[in-house]
Amino acid sequence: MAKLEVTHLNKTYSPKIVPVKDLSLAVEDGEFLTLLGPSGCGKSTTLRLIAGLEQPTRGEVLIGSKNVTHRSAGDRNIAMVFQSYALYPHMTVFENIASGLKLRKTPVGEIQQRVAEASRVLDLDGLMQRKPSKLSGGQRQRVALGRALVRKPDVFLLDEPLSNLDALLREQVRAELKQLFQSQNTPVVYVTHDQTEAMTLSTKVAVLYKGDLQQLDSPQRIYSHPANQFVAGFIGSPQMNLLTLPCENSHALLGEARVPLPQVTEPQPAGQIVLGIRPEHLQVGKQPDCTAVRGQVFLIENLGMSDLVSMHVQNSELTLRALIANTTLKAGDELVLSLPPQQLHWFDIETRSRIPVQPETVAH
Amino acid sequence: MAPSTPVVTKPSPTQEGVNWKPVLLGITVFLVAIFSLAPILWQLLTSIKTNADISRIPNVYFPREFTLEHYIQLFDRRPFLRYVLNSAFVAIVSTLLCLGLGSPAAYALARLRLKGEQLILGLVLIVTLFPYILLFLGLLEIVQILGLGNNYLALIIPYTAINLPLTILVMRSFFQQLPRDLEDAAKVDGYNTVQMLWQIVLPTTIPALVTTGILAFIFAWNEFIFALTFMTRETMKTIPVAAAQIGGATLFEIPYGPIAAATVLGTLPLVLLVLFFQRKIVQGLTAGAVKG
Ligand SMILES: Nc1ncnc2c1ncn2[C@@H]1O[C@H](COP(=O)(O)OP(=O)(O)OP(=O)(O)O)[C@@H](O)[C@H]1O
Ligand SMILES: [Mg+2]
Repeated sequence: MAKLEVTHLNKTYSPKIVPVKDLSLAVEDGEFLTLLGPSGCGKSTTLRLIAGLEQPTRGEVLIGSKNVTHRSAGDRNIAMVFQSYALYPHMTVFENIASGLKLRKTPVGEIQQRVAEASRVLDLDGLMQRKPSKLSGGQRQRVALGRALVRKPDVFLLDEPLSNLDALLREQVRAELKQLFQSQNTPVVYVTHDQTEAMTLSTKVAVLYKGDLQQLDSPQRIYSHPANQFVAGFIGSPQMNLLTLPCENSHALLGEARVPLPQVTEPQPAGQIVLGIRPEHLQVGKQPDCTAVRGQVFLIENLGMSDLVSMHVQNSELTLRALIANTTLKAGDELVLSLPPQQLHWFDIETRSRIPVQPETVAH
Repeated sequence: MAPSTPVVTKPSPTQEGVNWKPVLLGITVFLVAIFSLAPILWQLLTSIKTNADISRIPNVYFPREFTLEHYIQLFDRRPFLRYVLNSAFVAIVSTLLCLGLGSPAAYALARLRLKGEQLILGLVLIVTLFPYILLFLGLLEIVQILGLGNNYLALIIPYTAINLPLTILVMRSFFQQLPRDLEDAAKVDGYNTVQMLWQIVLPTTIPALVTTGILAFIFAWNEFIFALTFMTRETMKTIPVAAAQIGGATLFEIPYGPIAAATVLGTLPLVLLVLFFQRKIVQGLTAGAVKG
């Protein structure tokens, strides 16, 4: 149907405010791209540029390989769901959903039929004659989705559509969204700062930070091969342990432990390197082929499924956090943790980018 | 209720003596109402008392006899209906002009990033602070030069001008709190600018339009000095002027009855107007546009 492409997109509000610096992306039919990043990194701005609600300073937006950069939002045949839902307060649910079709002079019969279909999918029957003020948050959210769905647009854009729902409902709607858009076969661009949403919904994730694209990959690869230290720290909860270590010959020194450096590593200029390991990958006790680190537990946080144990590494200032299931540890206990070599991430101390470990698969 | 639910005993008023809160509230409301409504009530009663009751000493507060004589006099001796229509015409036209000119200006000030926006706002604000009586002499000359005396325009134009700054400020702050997403959603849906303003923004703006409209209307309806000076012909006078000029048959007779009747008739339209639109004002149509 229609592929969405943006090339070298830039938006400069003022020399100091450049929310999007130089962004190039492509989203195929049926692909679900999530723009993920901390607050203020330019996610909404990117979406608004694609929608045509803002004009880019440089760069182009292509939909179905047609250049739509200078077309108005209404001419791009896109549909957008807003964080605040933005339902028209003076119209009934039916009128809200049908308004885009009416403007395009769709025959009445077809409007009826399309609205009925959307209402069936979204379970909106019985709400059609209500005003938005008489709906609950979740219902409003579904009406906003319905307004997008009936349009049968070339591209769906969603800006944090779940952030106004409570935690339980959010999980439920997230699952519904996934099914809904899997059946659409249309490019979807989804904005969120919630990494769970990004990981569960997307086929591709673009991590943004300060207007720059940090990594564009499948959710799995973003988790297993973060492209730089920012992505490594941003993705994953609890956060990855990121330790700045001194190097000695072919080893990095973690307290008394010596962690072998990846083979391809050139001698580190500053004599230092950043080591990352996720709390869920640390193992208790001395394991074969692993570097073991000894330390003293100082904090235990119960996360339900397992405990997050923080420990001071012996003979150093560093701390490590590990996820350990049903532990009987308490503060002050001695603990030995093993670092499985295949779960280690290395980052350049200066560029902060990932240092590949051999043998590392390059393909997905 | 599930049988296992423990029985919760609520402290009820009968158990712990009198619950003072509603009683105090009631008394306070009553006092405030008396304080602000008593003069109006007095006028209303005076307007339906007989002349004998009006001049009786000691005062008759609540008359036994009622009469419509004063009202009939009002319409018999003078073209009172004409005054009402004059007032209504001037007030309605200037209010509509005010909203029609002020709202687009307010929208532009709220939504477009104009150069010198702060300057424009500052000027508008200064105009609201300016006592309008000071404009009076200047306006008088202008009216004379243009020959606008005894012309509705002589009132409509100044009333519109005086109310415009307030309209702009109130409407601007309303537009600012109107969610921007609403307009963006309309654009994505395919509304062009005119359709968007007319079909999406305007309907959500009605409560604010009604509120500011009523303020402008009340001002225009009650204004006295301009109306007194610029309108000298009997058929052009407005209600406040006409009511003030009601005189007795002799120099020493003060016609309390007709004056009270004129006041009541002059206030009635305002009361009806506010009551009629009150629901719209309170309702706040934007409720439900965005997640509350
Ligand atoms: N119209 C504008 N004029 C000037 N600066 C703007 C404008 N719109 C956005 N910005 C700035 O651009 C930056 C990025 O904003 P954007 O809304 O894209 O962030 P975001 O990633 O969506 O954040 P959030 O997660 O909080 O929604 C912010 O620093 C913001 O202040
Ligand atoms: Mg945003």
